[in-house]
Amino acid sequence: MAALASSGRTSRKLNLAPYLFLIVPLLLFLMWVIGPLFYSFYLSLTDWDGVSAPTFIGFRNYVRLFDDPIFYTSLLNNVKWLVSFITAPVIMGLALAMILNRDIPGARAIKAAFYSPYILSLVVVGLIFGWMYHPAGGLLNGTLQALGLKSLTPGWLSDPALATWCIIAAAIWRQVGYIMTLYLAGLQGVDPSLVDASRVDGANSWQAFRHVILPLLSPVTVVVVVVSVIDSLRSFDLVFVMTRGGPANASSVLANFMYIEAFNNYKMGYGAAIAVILFLISAVFIFIYLWRTLSTELEY
Amino acid sequence: MTAKRTVMLPRLILYGLVYLLTALWLAPVATAVITSLRANSDILLHGFLSIPNTLSLQSYVDAWQRGGLAHYLPNSFIITLPSLAATLFLSSLAGYALSRFRFPGDRLILFIFVAGMMLPFQILLLPVFRLTDALHLYNTCWAVIIFHTAFQLGFCTFVLRNYMRTIPGEILEAARMDGCNEFRIYSQIMLPLTLPALAALATLEFTWIFNDFLWALILIQNDALKPVTTGLASLRGQYVMDWTVIISGSLIAALPTVLVFLFLQRYFIGGLTLGATKG
Repeated sequence: MAALASSGRTSRKLNLAPYLFLIVPLLLFLMWVIGPLFYSFYLSLTDWDGVSAPTFIGFRNYVRLFDDPIFYTSLLNNVKWLVSFITAPVIMGLALAMILNRDIPGARAIKAAFYSPYILSLVVVGLIFGWMYHPAGGLLNGTLQALGLKSLTPGWLSDPALATWCIIAAAIWRQVGYIMTLYLAGLQGVDPSLVDASRVDGANSWQAFRHVILPLLSPVTVVVVVVSVIDSLRSFDLVFVMTRGGPANASSVLANFMYIEAFNNYKMGYGAAIAVILFLISAVFIFIYLWRTLSTELEY
Repeated sequence: MTAKRTVMLPRLILYGLVYLLTALWLAPVATAVITSLRANSDILLHGFLSIPNTLSLQSYVDAWQRGGLAHYLPNSFIITLPSLAATLFLSSLAGYALSRFRFPGDRLILFIFVAGMMLPFQILLLPVFRLTDALHLYNTCWAVIIFHTAFQLGFCTFVLRNYMRTIPGEILEAARMDGCNEFRIYSQIMLPLTLPALAALATLEFTWIFNDFLWALILIQNDALKPVTTGLASLRGQYVMDWTVIISGSLIAALPTVLVFLFLQRYFIGGLTLGATKG
């Protein structure tokens, strides 16, 4: 690569071409993404109502935050989202990819059924699921009633114990096809002769999967887990559309808690502090991803 | 024969489960379609599984006219298409520089783009809100267009850089020998060779930008400028009792991305895996 780019150039002067190509995209990115990232850190140390100028108050927002019960409710819900996202869709997506990679009749239609939810906006998903959970007219209670289980019909989204899980179920419905697609692409890279060889050596299909295919898929699994974690922390739209964090903050996640404090209660400094905490949680996983991709990518 | 049958049986059970799960997966959309054709009062009175007493397209008409989808939907295109064109163009420039040159700061710049693309949006909300206000862009389509363009640069640059690195350098070197300047090499040789990646990115980015909710919620208050996502959510406020209108509106809102997906499915799937499995 390096040789290619510099061969044919004898001069030692700095080549300006790459900087000219980069100047507009890089400046835009710095101005609208990287700059704001750092500015949020500053805002989290201020008292700001969004109208008058922010005043510096040190770490007081964080002190208040660590004393706020809604913060802990939201954080716990984020953990529920995160754990659900790195288990259910990953296991289902992998299982579907394994089955669809064989010659099941109708594989194309099945694939389409699973990844089509991913093209729907989260608003649309939230509205459709919100309707399915509707206590009187929804599909779920309608089905329970038809089965003679009327006494069991819950309020779904209005039930504090169930609300978060109901929203997570909608998110999983949308996510499974995406994970399946990633694993299907990964399986294209698995050499079938390795699997055949293990079968000849007497491995059953589970052993071949466990000891041959799964290890070969581990690079995909790392990406899948990181993507799932990042997606789970971006869970704003569904919560906003389905419950706005209710009932009584029971389904709130940090993203929605931040939005409500900043844009409904005009406590923008406080909102920035919540955003910083959310960022710090994501940062762990962003660095795992960066370390994995860039450490191989940059060796040229 | 019997041995074969015992092997077949577990497989048939497995296939049966997969078909059952597939049917379950289609249930929400099927529910939505059935709802959209029924009358709200009929469902609420008799339950979802009752036999509909009438079927009509009236809810679609209501969502389109009274619900305001007639202006929300065009707004989505007004936001999505310029953002898409700008981000693809600018990221192809950045991707070209990062894939074909080695220069001081190249690794840092790539690092910045890749790290930025994974940030949780909440960390950017308040500063971007303040920035649009300071630039007098708040409550205009430009605010959302510029932000989407800038933010999506991270992912697109990363994908295009990786793709461009797979193109053999000899082709470009030959053009360089012939005295082509760098911009001509980029526009006449590199871009045509990058078309498959650009097509995949375009379909994927179209659905992402079109489906955006948060940024439109934060940056556009004016109802006349709202895209279909925030428009639909505000419909929920007005028509909270009339679910058939809301569900019909959701189906209309989903139509553009469904069409993109139906016609460009191959590119869409390609785009999904481009970003995640490279590297």
